Amino acid sequence: MIAALLVPTATWYLVLSAILFGIGTFGVLVRRNPLVMFMCIELMLNAVNLSFVTLARELNDINGQTIVFFVMVVAAAEVVVGLGIIVAIMRNRSSVTADDLIELNG
Amino acid sequence: MEFFVFGCAALMILIGAVGVITRSHPVHAALSLVLTLFGVAVLFVAQEAHFLAAVQVIVYAGAIVVLFLFVIMLLGVDRVENLRTEPLTAQRPLAIIVSLGLIGILVAAFTTGSGALHERGEGINIPDLTTGTDANTTQLAESIFSDYVVAFEVTSVLLVVAVVGTVLLSRRIKSVAAETSK
Repeated sequence: MIAALLVPTATWYLVLSAILFGIGTFGVLVRRNPLVMFMCIELMLNAVNLSFVTLARELNDINGQTIVFFVMVVAAAEVVVGLGIIVAIMRNRSSVTADDLIELNG
Repeated sequence: MEFFVFGCAALMILIGAVGVITRSHPVHAALSLVLTLFGVAVLFVAQEAHFLAAVQVIVYAGAIVVLFLFVIMLLGVDRVENLRTEPLTAQRPLAIIVSLGLIGILVAAFTTGSGALHERGEGINIPDLTTGTDANTTQLAESIFSDYVVAFEVTSVLLVVAVVGTVLLSRRIKSVAAETSK
């Protein structure tokens, strides 16, 4: 009985991915270092990837894993462009918090 | 056994994620991110997604975290951020409410909608070590190069545009730099 209860079902994985997504959201809302905000976005993307893989196994459908592959490619491109923008902005200034980027508005 | 694997991986993921948002040093946050990414890779293996687990370790833990650490060292921004002060009043309580509400909504949707999950695909092949073929990788390749071949080609364009854009962004233009220095 207890052994049957201790087998992780799809709901366990999905709840774990929801918690991971919530932690990432909290980090994006609270942290002020742009690099750490990017890391929190990576946490959220990983939560989504985890739920995709879980549902792919649960629905017995390979397309979920295919979409995770594309999400990884787009995440890599996003990190490259975002870090390039951060490098371009931070080259002429020493402060590194997101609050100092208020001059970006027109 | 699967419970043990799930428990260890979930512990790794949650400790790493909490480390990312609580460590004040950016390098420590990046190393906590590695822990989370490895935990997700373990769960990928536990769910028969072997190719994605390998790509997760190579691309995320290998390339992206190294890129983060490289930028941290390049910019010299590895200073400790003061997390005690709260620049905006009531920002953190509101953020806690928002993230807990998001988790609550998602968990409620997962628990109530779990009955709607029915097998509908054509099946996921599980690698068979006795025959020596990695069926999961083969099946994923067939899916990418047949159904999603256009999207795959478009991602190559995306990567080229990203690389060229980053080079343009981070390059210091000589004429403009000379004019501003006059």
